[in-house]
Amino acid sequence: MNVVVLIKRVPDTETRIQIKDGKVVTDGISWIISPYDEYAVEEALRLIEKYTGKVTLLCLGPVDAKETIRKGLALGADDAIHLNDPAFEGGDASTTAVVLAAALKKMQYDLVLAGKQAVDEDNAQVAIRVAELLDLPHVNSVIKLDLSDDKKSARCLREVDGDRDIAESSLPAIITAQQGLNEPRYPSLKGIMGAKKKPITDWKASDLGLDPGTIGASGAKLEVVRVDPPPARPPGKLIPGDAATAAKELVRLLHEEAKVV
Amino acid sequence: MANNILIVPEARDGSLRKVSFELVTVANEIAQGLGGAVHAVVLGNEVSASAEQIAKTGIAQVYQVDHAALQNFAPEVFTAALADVIRKTQPAVVLFGATGFGKELGARVAARIGMGLVADCTGYKVEGGTLVLTRPIYAGKALATVKAKSLPVMVSIRPNIFPPASADASPAPIEKIELSANAARSQVVEKVQKEAVAVDLAEAKIVVSGGRGAKNAEGFETVKQLANTLGAAVGASRAAVDAGWIDYSTQVGQTGKTVAPQLYIAAGISGAIQHLAGMSSSKVIVAVNKDPDAPIFKVADYGIVGDLFQVLPVMNEELKKVLAEK
Repeated sequence: MNVVVLIKRVPDTETRIQIKDGKVVTDGISWIISPYDEYAVEEALRLIEKYTGKVTLLCLGPVDAKETIRKGLALGADDAIHLNDPAFEGGDASTTAVVLAAALKKMQYDLVLAGKQAVDEDNAQVAIRVAELLDLPHVNSVIKLDLSDDKKSARCLREVDGDRDIAESSLPAIITAQQGLNEPRYPSLKGIMGAKKKPITDWKASDLGLDPGTIGASGAKLEVVRVDPPPARPPGKLIPGDAATAAKELVRLLHEEAKVV
Repeated sequence: MANNILIVPEARDGSLRKVSFELVTVANEIAQGLGGAVHAVVLGNEVSASAEQIAKTGIAQVYQVDHAALQNFAPEVFTAALADVIRKTQPAVVLFGATGFGKELGARVAARIGMGLVADCTGYKVEGGTLVLTRPIYAGKALATVKAKSLPVMVSIRPNIFPPASADASPAPIEKIELSANAARSQVVEKVQKEAVAVDLAEAKIVVSGGRGAKNAEGFETVKQLANTLGAAVGASRAAVDAGWIDYSTQVGQTGKTVAPQLYIAAGISGAIQHLAGMSSSKVIVAVNKDPDAPIFKVADYGIVGDLFQVLPVMNEELKKVLAEK
């Protein structure tokens, strides 16, 4: 079976986000595959180990995203498509979904996996939009995925807002990964070496037959006006005294001063 | 064209989630700015009680799509139902709660109608005839100001940020709308009972979280006891989750849940950047940690340098006294 995984390059979650002139400073950031996408890659690899087939990564991102794509190939994916065109940049979730859907239309797949959200913009909508644009069913926020013997349907355990349920879907479908789906592997040395030889194909807007007016900044329905650091919190109070004294004083403050209990 | 606001309350297990009433508050203000009325659409199976409840919040009109095919979540059926109502009523703004339900349904409907969706917003204003929204990105490490280039637009509102509207006004009319499509290729087929989670993290007023300082699963019981006394949700740092002391679904941070309760108590949590991202917009933050240099103290309103096993049990007893007096 062919599994396509949508991956996004994001700043490492341990990175401090620096902001200058209303924009995020990207210099010196270390980049990773968005953690939820990593669960999706891992799940795709496990499916292929079980059923045989091919895992293709599909990534929309700037030229530098190739390095992140190589990380996914090092984990064991077979090849990758890099949606690499300045025309794709400056878009929103809606234009990103349009580009990804146009790419998927050119590809052969039995299943598309993605993270439930990318941990930079936290939109949690691109993969679902792609499903709608391609008229595919989707299952969101999955922590366990089982395919039927004929691989025509999937049974998914989902975790949403602290509740769990089971959803079923026919395939092909787009299924998004939630934390808990699996424990992603680390790349092996052999994997890292091998990744250098695996094919990454670049597609531009013209390869997808997309009108530049419908994508990127010009097609976006939303505009990010500026980005600011979160408001600084006022300095706090350290409560002195031994543990018992401090604990009693804390409860008094929470009750009488902060009035939250 | 009137600039009406359509809200999508969330009916769950026979009643409306609290965020539904918060949407009314937000919608009223936006409607005032744009010059329009507030409408609501309630989707589900046998949701008359929910429709009647939201009708009493002072809004102008309620639509109810009630059908057995809307019993469990089925993306395509819910999308078809909501898209029909949007096409019929042509709202300028559609508001969802930024819950699992609202975010998922919003994304699919936005793609079907061809609308922008500003997700998980914590602030809004009407400016120049359109909406300008603020939303945390990088799990709260930064705040983005996002403008809808034009209306209509869809917006999901983070729960617990805005006050809920009360439901004591004279009821708005309720119009029933037929479901036009009920075929689903994907759908929820059963709900799973899991280990009793008393309070949902995202909606909790108080969260008590434990980290590495809890030492082990038994140690985590001390954290849970305090949460229990407070009627709070239990949270955890990645360290505690990775160590297997508590279920990963309790993880707070950039790769877990983002929370903004009235009170967040971090016990034995040092405050890694990705954890801070998930909780630093809480109203009041309490940190209990043995290490006086732990980064958690930088965001805490109240801090105690000490061992959680000595501090939490005393807090627990004191709180029981305080709560008993209430």
